[in-house]
Amino acid sequence: MYIYIQGTGCVSPQETAAGSAFPAAVLPWEGPRLKAWEPDYKQWIDVKLIRRMSRVIKMGVAAAKLSLQEAGVEIPDAIITGTAYGCLDDTGVFLSKMINQQEEMLTPTAFIQSTHNTVAGQIALMLGCHAYNNTFVHKAFSFESALLDSIMILREGRSSSILAGAMDELTNHSFNILSRFDLYKKEPVTHEQLLKSNTHGTVAGEGAACFVLGTEKGPNTKAKLTGLTTLYKPAGKAEISADIAAFLAAHHCSQEEVSLVITGRNGDASGDEWYEYVENTLFAGKPVAGFKHLCGEYPTAASFGMWIGNRILAEQQVPAAAMFKGEAPDQIKKILIYNHHKQTHHSLILLTAC
Amino acid sequence: MHSDVWIAGGGVICGIGNNLSECLTAFERMEPGMAHMEYLHSVHRHTFPVVEVKASNATLAGWTGMSEKISRTALLSRVAAQEAWNSTGLGDISQYRVGFVSANTVGGMDKTEDFFADYLQDPSKGHLSQVVHHECGAITELVADAMGIRHHMSTISTACSSSANALMYGARLIKNNMVDVVIAGGTDALTRFTLNGFNTLMILDPAACRPFDDTRTGLNLGEGAGYVVLISDALAAELPASHQPWCRLSGYANANDAYHQTASSPDGTGNFLAMQSALEMSGIKPEDIDYINLHGTGTQNNDSAEGSAIARLFAPHYPPVSSTKSFTGHTLGASGGIEAVFSAWAVKEGVIYPNANFSKQMKELPFSPVTKFSAGRQLQHVMSNSFGFGGNCSSLVFSKNAQS
Repeated sequence: MYIYIQGTGCVSPQETAAGSAFPAAVLPWEGPRLKAWEPDYKQWIDVKLIRRMSRVIKMGVAAAKLSLQEAGVEIPDAIITGTAYGCLDDTGVFLSKMINQQEEMLTPTAFIQSTHNTVAGQIALMLGCHAYNNTFVHKAFSFESALLDSIMILREGRSSSILAGAMDELTNHSFNILSRFDLYKKEPVTHEQLLKSNTHGTVAGEGAACFVLGTEKGPNTKAKLTGLTTLYKPAGKAEISADIAAFLAAHHCSQEEVSLVITGRNGDASGDEWYEYVENTLFAGKPVAGFKHLCGEYPTAASFGMWIGNRILAEQQVPAAAMFKGEAPDQIKKILIYNHHKQTHHSLILLTAC
Repeated sequence: MHSDVWIAGGGVICGIGNNLSECLTAFERMEPGMAHMEYLHSVHRHTFPVVEVKASNATLAGWTGMSEKISRTALLSRVAAQEAWNSTGLGDISQYRVGFVSANTVGGMDKTEDFFADYLQDPSKGHLSQVVHHECGAITELVADAMGIRHHMSTISTACSSSANALMYGARLIKNNMVDVVIAGGTDALTRFTLNGFNTLMILDPAACRPFDDTRTGLNLGEGAGYVVLISDALAAELPASHQPWCRLSGYANANDAYHQTASSPDGTGNFLAMQSALEMSGIKPEDIDYINLHGTGTQNNDSAEGSAIARLFAPHYPPVSSTKSFTGHTLGASGGIEAVFSAWAVKEGVIYPNANFSKQMKELPFSPVTKFSAGRQLQHVMSNSFGFGGNCSSLVFSKNAQS
């Protein structure tokens, strides 16, 4: 059984939410914090609701709506989301008030919207969708688990289209706290320099990307989701290389057949060594693209990588801003996306043009 | 795709017992666990009873060999997950491809609350060790790492239905031959965040909760963890006679109420769809269900919605029903796991659990919950319900025999 990508939607620090095509120019950013470029949500969400919704809910709903529109699907057979941090803004609001007001005179709205399944629940509510609804919250495997659950459900043969996606927001609190863990660049860096900076740290990002996955081609299908796997705390770079080779073999794909490798390079020297090792040992001479200089680093950023991968296959063109190594191929048949988050959570996604 | 998934064992820690055996004793003796807060520090400690695990973090750390400084949610998880594994007799965990699918609702929030008190005074203050495990997935990884599990791990958070969905996902992992064994369930420690959140919704009962009772006014929060061990057909066939599976996870379904972010629709649309689809997957009729472990929180809204859905689906054959939350309180992300252990054990030992504090039948319902403990019955099929915020509704069916 093939799993087709019937539609995609993406809200990111780039103008991806303006339409389905890859934006013509990169939106430059400054400092170690990338903010999502937010579309006019009124086209999808009631104005009264917009006022109450935090950004992660709005971004998630917008990405979901965009993907359903492209797929031509009104009500999917399942809604499955992944989010590492959940609704951080509402969590921060309720937590701060609870502490500042000594647990007195609190109101429910922020608490209600703080649960991790809020986005999936809101999408179901807006669509009137009574189908299967699930939310995965496992750090940098959240998106991959949502995809895996979707694939397994589609294989059961009773569903035709599933909405799967991931969303994470960055708030002032979360950025402050994550910065204290020394994750981000101290020196100024631009999107052109980030992936080659070779110093400590990266830049923080956020966004939402949704996919309608189905067992049949949709009117706008350009790619298949051929394979997916996750690897937790590999013992070392040799292990990951062996795992990637085994993954490709399991999906009957030789290294030569991979037209383009997209890696999750984020400019952090020690983390990028993994990508460098894999590129050199398994894919020497192969063109490589990156994406985190466009969306920033966050645990569900692989969803943005998959969005780009699908666009590249659809347009048969790699945006110049995404190329990292080598020449963009003329014909793009298969794309391998290799991402890791803080060297502990590694994932592989294989896409095939169709 | 027709393979069976079996329950090879289970483990529980909650406010009525530190293991399954202690919980069963509490049910038999009709001893619900509601009490004043002892470990949770809240200004509401004299207002709302809770059902705390009767052990300090230091004690839990001693039992598990984990640090007492980590989230209580992880400590509780480890206790129940280890009991679940030990109950199977499967032995050395490294011999198998093992998955750990653990649900929770607020991750390491118990520690984040302490961090935030300092951080809000000064953003450069607060010990980072208190937020390093804030994410829900961090709790799962602490336990997976401690138990030596790395083939597959995942964390699910769908509010109060979280751990029922962990069992479903775990079952799919086995059916897709990704792993041989999955420890599936959930964990949640009491936190001020959730206590205050439920208080703003005005659904906390200042007395002991009374699920499915006409006089009910709300829920009591509890804490704990519960896991079952799911195994494949192939592995079940290899088990020795001394450790036969408890029962089979024959059906499961998840539906969305799509009515309101927190409230259930009056007729329990999502509840009905989840129960109906779970029965369909089990290949059985409503009258084949011998007992329902209710979601039964004790709120006006949940019990009338769940009751209406049961009345509609099961009329006129109402099976015995009860809410074990009348003993354990509502353990949120852990409740589906804890109740899955109770339900699987119910099939194995023919147990029907009592519903405590019941006095007056709900006027809109044609049935009332069971109030006495009984064991040694012949139960072929037991249903467990878990419903929650976001419209998330899940039902599980546990069955005695292999599918015919």
